[in-house]
Amino acid sequence: MAFLTDRKRATGLGSAKSGTEHAWMMKVSSIALLILIPLFIFNFGATLGGTYEEVVAHYSRPWPAILTGLTLAVGFMHFKNGIRITIEDYVGGLNRKLLIIAMICLSYAAAATGIFAVAKLAL
Amino acid sequence: MVQLTLPKNSRITTGKTWPKPEGATNVRKFQIYRWNPDEGKQPTVDTYFLDMDKCGPMVLDALIKIKNEIDPTLTFRRSCREGICGSCAMNIDGINTLACIYGLDEITGDVKIYPLPHMPVVKDLIPDLTHFYAQHASIMPWLETKTNRPAKEWKQSIEDRKKLDGLYECVMCASCSTACPSYWWNGDRYLGPAALLHAYRWIIDSRDEATGERLDQLEDPFKLYRCHTIMNCTKTCPKGLNPALAIAQIKKMMMERAV
Repeated sequence: MAFLTDRKRATGLGSAKSGTEHAWMMKVSSIALLILIPLFIFNFGATLGGTYEEVVAHYSRPWPAILTGLTLAVGFMHFKNGIRITIEDYVGGLNRKLLIIAMICLSYAAAATGIFAVAKLAL
Repeated sequence: MVQLTLPKNSRITTGKTWPKPEGATNVRKFQIYRWNPDEGKQPTVDTYFLDMDKCGPMVLDALIKIKNEIDPTLTFRRSCREGICGSCAMNIDGINTLACIYGLDEITGDVKIYPLPHMPVVKDLIPDLTHFYAQHASIMPWLETKTNRPAKEWKQSIEDRKKLDGLYECVMCASCSTACPSYWWNGDRYLGPAALLHAYRWIIDSRDEATGERLDQLEDPFKLYRCHTIMNCTKTCPKGLNPALAIAQIKKMMMERAV
């Protein structure tokens, strides 16, 4: 038990002076995905049912490879920022910090894996 | 940490059922949350019956009638009985509102009355609003100036004064904040719609000279950015205000000075 005044309890540690950058990046990545996702779906859909050689040939062209790489990079950056908000909403204490770290690692790992796969197909 | 179930000592059990009024033809059933800290028991929902031919039109009229004529131990806050003081905010028929301006004819079926959600209960329908008021105080709800005080008054144009409409009317009843899931889960750090609406009221005031400091104070992932535009605050506000819009305007100003 701590004898804190109500005002001190409400003020806490004060303002972190951050959050706007995060909110701005979420907006930017949302708008980017609004454009990228439909293009990605049509691009990816074109390869569905094709042979291995056809898929490799498709992704060897710069436009499909760059589009797919961008979708993966922006998508996972958006996921990293978005999941952080969800974790902050619902989880507290040490678990909050551990989960945020885990999700950052997962996002970068997933993006790197995807981009490596696309690069291997393209080059 | 989010709590999806009530703690054991907060789980509600069935309480006392009071007898129906004799000879009454127009009877209505009221189910009201009861909890007395001195008894050390679980909260209950007590059932009352009122003769509606002898009762006023508002929920507060019914509560006062119950307290006066049936059960004097029923505890609730009330003062102005016309939606100005904000004392009688409670959860009526699933909506946070003011009992004094919420008509019984707006409710179909039984009338269910609980205290404002997710707040510690002092007794019966009285929530502990200490932290809520302290959060309001923390946003500096007063005119902050640096220029020497003018000889007469701080002048404000009619257009600038109009910007305060829809903000100054807030009576701090806490209906909005206690309807907000973000405030339920992180109310210790998130300021909530009411405090943020008041913060915006001073940020947008043309006479105030601490706009930057006010924005600095609010720029925080928890104090401000827990708002996810759920809009429960705007939907429930008994005064018809729009706290969600005020919060969006603060975020917009944050963006304007950052990008």
